Amino acid sequence: MTERVVAAIDQGTTSTRCLLFNRSGRMIAVAQREHRQYYPRPGLVEHDAAEIWRNVTRVVPAALRNAGLTPDNIVGLGIANQRETTVIWNRHTGVPLAPAITWQDTRTDGIVARLADDGHAALIKDICGLPPATYFAGPRLRWLLDHVPGARDGAEAGDVLFGTMESWLIWRLTGGPDGGRHVSDVTNASRTMLMDVRTLEWSEKLLEVLAVPRRMLPEIRPNAEVYGTCTAVLPGVPVAGALGDQQAALVGQACFSPGEIKCTYGTGAFLLMNTGTRLAESTHGLIPTVGYVLGDKPVYALEGAIAMTGSLVQWFRDSLGMIATAAQIETLASSVPDNGGCYIVPAFSGLYSPRWHPDARGVMVGLTSFINRGHLARAVLEATGWQTREVIDAMNADSGVPVTRLKVDGGMTANHLLMQFVADVLDVPVERPLVSEAVSLGAAYAAGLAVGHWSDLEVLRANWHRAAAWEPAMDAALRRREHENWGRAVNRSYGWVQTPAGD
Amino acid sequence: MPGFIQSIERAAAVLRLLGSTDRPLGLKEIAAALDLPPPTAHGIVRTLREVGFVEQDVESSRYRLGPGLQELGGGGWDPHDLRARAMNWADSLAGSTGMAVQVGIAASTSVRLVHHVFRPDGSPQRIRTGEEQPLHATALGKCLLAFAPVATPHARELDLQRWTGRTCTTVAALEAHLAVARRRGWASDTGEYETGVGGAAAPLRSSGGMVVAAIAVVGPVEELFGLGGELRPWMLEQMVGAAREISAALMEGR
Repeated sequence: MTERVVAAIDQGTTSTRCLLFNRSGRMIAVAQREHRQYYPRPGLVEHDAAEIWRNVTRVVPAALRNAGLTPDNIVGLGIANQRETTVIWNRHTGVPLAPAITWQDTRTDGIVARLADDGHAALIKDICGLPPATYFAGPRLRWLLDHVPGARDGAEAGDVLFGTMESWLIWRLTGGPDGGRHVSDVTNASRTMLMDVRTLEWSEKLLEVLAVPRRMLPEIRPNAEVYGTCTAVLPGVPVAGALGDQQAALVGQACFSPGEIKCTYGTGAFLLMNTGTRLAESTHGLIPTVGYVLGDKPVYALEGAIAMTGSLVQWFRDSLGMIATAAQIETLASSVPDNGGCYIVPAFSGLYSPRWHPDARGVMVGLTSFINRGHLARAVLEATGWQTREVIDAMNADSGVPVTRLKVDGGMTANHLLMQFVADVLDVPVERPLVSEAVSLGAAYAAGLAVGHWSDLEVLRANWHRAAAWEPAMDAALRRREHENWGRAVNRSYGWVQTPAGD
Repeated sequence: MPGFIQSIERAAAVLRLLGSTDRPLGLKEIAAALDLPPPTAHGIVRTLREVGFVEQDVESSRYRLGPGLQELGGGGWDPHDLRARAMNWADSLAGSTGMAVQVGIAASTSVRLVHHVFRPDGSPQRIRTGEEQPLHATALGKCLLAFAPVATPHARELDLQRWTGRTCTTVAALEAHLAVARRRGWASDTGEYETGVGGAAAPLRSSGGMVVAAIAVVGPVEELFGLGGELRPWMLEQMVGAAREISAALMEGR
């Protein structure tokens, strides 16, 4: 009997991984490689797209080796990727023209401020659903066109292509300079600030506002279809699915009904609520976005984005040297009973949902001689809990229907102290599914649906099983008091950056 | 008197040398500083890297002291590191067997659960991480007694409390169970802690083969074991496979 499995590539912020899933959605192999983070100046975060491609060519064969399988066993390949990270490359050589600008990079603050000054904010929000922010890919593309020698001329001549990570990888996988397919999936495209969120096509108006040549853009496609066939890495295997990582997790968590909500704890944390076929408006700082297109009609979602969760733990480990591994923050935090009055607001690149304060910067408040490393570790984890709470409050206010439970996934769900704290501050149960790799699973699901490995969404829903649950156990008065303290701490982070850094 | 082992002395000298400076050292520098032939120095450094006492900088290929050294006096694996490394495979094991999965470490006279995956059947369950269970009456506990003799007390020092009609309450009975476990490589519990609830546990090994924890599948006795009382082959195969994958993850650099 030949085993038939689906491969998923999770091209994330810090690493690229390949996971293999069997028909019941169980992970049977994994391989991973980290890539370098470049911080050329404060606020700038870059990746080398060529290095990321090299890592793909290594992790996929490694995963196959671990499982004792060959490309013949793979029915399809799905991709989930860090969203909004922007790369331009030469279509004839396959060489990137510049370092990829990542989603955490704030160099476009000048461009974004000018868009608002020129009175484009309402138009942009109306067409693409997104408030102009440094977070999205379009302004990064504009920055590259303005600053990289030859970029604009090359784009206009049809020699230079733009893509977010899934476009780059699909193009490379399906042939690169030799006939590689230049496509983007609808969820990634919806995060560029260039796509009309209703027609799911590039918006001529927005291309004009951001002065982006149409020729360099990929074709926008649904999330589950055969985009092309691998010529490299997995020769002959169809590339059959792609989703932005957060939308992939929505699919991986089987949030297929309106009102269902998930939170993925990775470098940042991202809550998405399925809003059905209706594009929901937010009056509370959430982003309306495309959830997925797996059938005839697009399914939309409301998103709350928290910039720093896992990355704050990484900073605590690498920059402060307080712990040797990310997991050990739980050990350190468990050494004290509470935060000792200390709060950390990780507004390292401003505050995202629901507050959207680009001028905020990180603060640590409540320091006294009493505070030790354990309290700081608590404050790091609690910041993730309270930011989750703020997004849930906004979702409750927007939807009018209070959230009754939260499905969580991602690496930080290994931290039980954190998961208990999230349940405590939300006052609803928190549940982890049997596959906490929901991002990769969602990409595999999309590819598997496209090639008929899975018949429909109901089959996928039946694959979801609860692996752990945390029940709220915090005293209500304590929760109120701590919430208020958190709010006061956040207020102190506002307005630290006084002028945008120009361009 | 036993012989003097020169390669151990040289390995110690390499470690002292790497510890004497903040900057990573190249192979040639190490060989020159200790007056060793480069192939000898290379062999020593590579072995030290394999066991985690030395790490190699990816960019420069130079060597420095590794994280394994700091952990020497620190009492083994951090339970949260263990959980992070074990989580994906524990999930996979619960998925393939339909049983709950637990990971436990020795905690003086008991086994402490550092990870727990629910039985994937939708039934109401409570997370049991942090709970302590008796060493002599659970699969995890007996696995640690059998395979981690330094981290656990001797059978005769335990309070062999009776939990069910099947609990081993004599040292001889317990020793017999441990002997069976050592022979076949895994330990079982046929309802010895909670009536009707059994388990099977395999050791998790870190670098050098040292047992640092155990992983168990836990569920109804009649689903885990066949009529003859033998663990069902599928359960065994999956459990041993998961233990092997997690052990491999524990042996990778930290």
